[in-house]
This record gives sequence, structure tokens and C-alpha cells, in this order.
Amino acid sequence: MKKKYSIFSIAKNALKGHKDWPKMWRSPEPREFYDVIIIGGGGHGLGTAYYLAKEHGLKNIAVIEKGWLGGGNTGRNTTIIRSNYLWDDSAHLYEHSLKLWENLSTELNYNVMFSQRGVMNLAHNEHDIKEIKRRVSANNLNGIDSLWLSKEEIQKKVPIMNTDNLRYPVLGASYQPRGGTARHDAVAWGFAMRADEMGVDIIQNCEAHQIKTKNGKIEGVETSKGFIRANKVGVVASGHTGVLAETAGIRLPLQSKPLQALVSEPIKPIIDTVVMSSAVHAYVSQSDKGELVIGAGTDSYNSFTQRGGFNIIEETVRAMVELYPVFGKMKMLRQWGGIVDICPDASPIISKCDVEGLFFNCGWGTGGFKATPGSANVFAHTIAKNQAHQINSAFNLDRFASGKLVDEHGAAAVAH
Amino acid sequence: MLIIDCPYCGPRDQSEFSNGGEAHVKRPDGSAEIGDREWGEYVFIRANPKGIFYERWVHSHGCRKWFNCVRDTSTDEILKIYKIDEERPKLDSFKNNVKTPSGEPNLGSGNFTVKK
Repeated sequence: MKKKYSIFSIAKNALKGHKDWPKMWRSPEPREFYDVIIIGGGGHGLGTAYYLAKEHGLKNIAVIEKGWLGGGNTGRNTTIIRSNYLWDDSAHLYEHSLKLWENLSTELNYNVMFSQRGVMNLAHNEHDIKEIKRRVSANNLNGIDSLWLSKEEIQKKVPIMNTDNLRYPVLGASYQPRGGTARHDAVAWGFAMRADEMGVDIIQNCEAHQIKTKNGKIEGVETSKGFIRANKVGVVASGHTGVLAETAGIRLPLQSKPLQALVSEPIKPIIDTVVMSSAVHAYVSQSDKGELVIGAGTDSYNSFTQRGGFNIIEETVRAMVELYPVFGKMKMLRQWGGIVDICPDASPIISKCDVEGLFFNCGWGTGGFKATPGSANVFAHTIAKNQAHQINSAFNLDRFASGKLVDEHGAAAVAH
Repeated sequence: MLIIDCPYCGPRDQSEFSNGGEAHVKRPDGSAEIGDREWGEYVFIRANPKGIFYERWVHSHGCRKWFNCVRDTSTDEILKIYKIDEERPKLDSFKNNVKTPSGEPNLGSGNFTVKK
């Protein structure tokens, strides 16, 4: 049954005490065989299943997820959305995604709370200024809204920011007005609900143990709920993609590290845009509940502990307090770490591989959330057609042999 | 945060050290002859296990010497630290806490999504 949400359905259910809302998706047991299995029930994986069913007419699809939907990095990120990347290939990919974001709530009939409040990237030194101005120009050439803000313009937008009296003064910023934030859980839930309606089996608490291949062809996936055969398998397991690839004998150029974020106690509206600074490493936005959502960095070492070192938080909080002295006495509510898979060139891999029927969507590192719909859309195309969409053709695995890297360390915001 | 036992200076806070990634990576012989793919693997691909990991650290804000370390990446427990010229400890001398490739250890992980 198609679930429609409107002001009337909310009012009707409110009168009944919200007891009769239908389940958003089924919880089926896995079948023996699927045309496509997606490993990883985060935003990217669920989105891939959604677009496979919607745009490519595939019906026999499963998404298997170790924990619960969106319980990994989809539920752990700072939800910043922007497309102001330097190189053409990345700009096209992230802009494709941003365009899908702009219509996503309508398309899914589910409010993903996409809020285009603008994203600012601060410059703190001469090199930052040159690098950021170059990026603004590159963005404009690619038709992406991006502009340079002077210090005075920044002060007007964010009056609480300390621009002068700090070790690395604020000298200017890039600004993308169409950037912003979205509700991370809602993205996973919206995609899941609409994929489920089209017959996609979403199987939670089902951990992939081994990707099985035979004579260079995919056979299926050994899971905690038994062996499931498949014609095609797409791996979208973020930090765990590398270890899963290893079970099929494939080595990927990925390193898994914890990326931390923290959230403050809720306060009245004080900052109405997103401010990022990669030089002093702090970025912040304010959620609808009033909490400051603060992004920290990655640890220097590989780890799967989903925790991260305390020194990373110290560095971020130090930068926050310098940039916004008014936050000095705030209490932090919670802190968490998610495991991100980082590629040598800070760009993702959306690609097929040597094994026929096996596909990877990984390497999003510290900034995959913004790409969720776009990544899912082109990955679905890659799986359905057995070849990359024009938009993701540069993000193949071959680039690590040819050397044709897409070096986005400058635009990736989190230094690694 | 880790306490790392530098073989030259003794136990120090992790913030004094820099991580050097996977240890024991060997540059392939005959680099003029080997193909792009093999060379690319040497340049870009490093081990990334969930579990026992051989890695390098350098005591940047101390003696500035490099050394090797065996750490369990599923718990962050440091299992052994040895000097750069010492032999690589055998893998089977360490207990693996992770039963499946992406499984969680009983203790030491911040991930509660799959804990029973």
C-alpha cells in the first residue's frame, strides 16, 4: 500500500493518538535468490535500491544491513550538503546530487528537511584565500553557485564570529547559497519506505560474512541469515567495504578511520548558516532542535572502534571557542565516532571490478552524506547497465593504475 | 586516546606520535619492468584489516625515531611494540577478537548496533 503523508493524515492520526500509522516497511526473511543484493542499509545503499527499482525496472532486490537502517554513518554525520568541489568530475557528481536533494522531499513524499541555509568555507591565510578563490571560479565555470565573501560580509551573516582576535584570523570565505543541511535519518527512512513499496526486501540484522565468487563471477553473499544467491552484488558498506572486498580477494585503496562529531545542549537560534573551516578544523551548524552540530576530524590511525581519540575533540573545541567565544561556556551533549573509508585522493569509488557482477560504492571518506541521492542514482545505473554513468565514469578503480586521480583534498573539508 | 610505549623513551601520550600507516610494505623489485597496475597497488593500496594490524609510528615530538607496532584495530589495544629492525611477530601469536570480517569484538568497540 502506498503511504501518503499530508497535513490531513497527520491530523487524522493525531486524533487517534498516533496508534494507527502503518509500518513504513516490511521485515521480510531473505529469499534464496535476488537479481541484486545491496550490502549496507545506509542512505547510499537504500537509495541505490530505490533507483534500481524506480529507474531501471528491477524488482527482485534486497538490501542487507548488519544493524538497523541508517544506524551507521548515515545516522552519525553532520548532515552538510554542498557541491562546491574543485574538479569538473567531482563538481558534476556533487551537483547532480544537490539537484536531486532539491526535489527529494517531493519525490519521496517524505520530508527530508532539506534546508538550503548556505555553506561557508573560511579562509585563514594567504594560501587559503588563493585556493578558495580558485575553487569559487572553478565552481562558477561549472554552473555551481559559489561566491567569495569578504570579512565584513561574513561578520554580517555570522555576527557571533570572532574574525580578528585569534591566532588564525578569518580573512574571507567561499559561500554556496544552495548548500545546507538535511535530516539524516529521514533520508534513509524515505528511501527505505519507497523502495519497500516497489518490492525491495530490506533485511535488517543481517550481516554479510563473505562475498562468494566463482571463476571470476559473483555467486552470492554468505550472511548471518544463510547464503543468498545473486546475479549482482553492490557493496556500500562505508568503513567496512574494505574488509568485505577482502573476502572476495579484492584489495581496495581504502583506509578506515574514525571520524568524530559532537552535539551541544540545545539553545535558541544563533547561527543560521553552515560554517566550515578546514584550516583550524571546526565546522558547525545549528539543528532544528537548537543543538550545535559540530564536526571534528579523523584520527591519524586506522581503527574500527567507532569512538576516536579525545585529542581530536580537544582540537576541534579549541578552534570552536576561538572562532565563537560566545560558545565558551556551553555544555556538550554527546560525542560519537563513525568509521569512514578514505581513498588516497579523497574522492569516492563508484565502480565495477574484475569480478563480473560485483560493484563497489565506497571511499566517500569524510563527506559522503551530501552525495547520498546522487551517488545512489549513478551507482544504480552502473549496476543495472554494467557500466558507469557519464557522471561517475572518472570514479573508477582503474584510476589507481592509470594515475588519473581526482584529487579533492582541498575541497574535502576534513584534512586527511 | 592511546598510550604508546616508545621503545626508546617509554610510555607517552599518543599526541606526541605520528602514525605512519602499514608496516613491512616492500617496494617491488624491478620497478622498470612491472606494470602500472602492480605499481599502483604498491603506491596506493595498504592493508586495512579489522583486527590485527602491523603499523609504524614515529615519536615526532620526542626522540623522532620510527618503530613498529601491532594493534588490534577492532579494540585499539596495542599488542606489541618492536624496533624497526626487529623481526615481524607472527600473526598467530595474537588473539583475533573479531569472528566475522565486519563483526564486532565483545569489548572495546563503540558500536552497539550489533551487540547482543
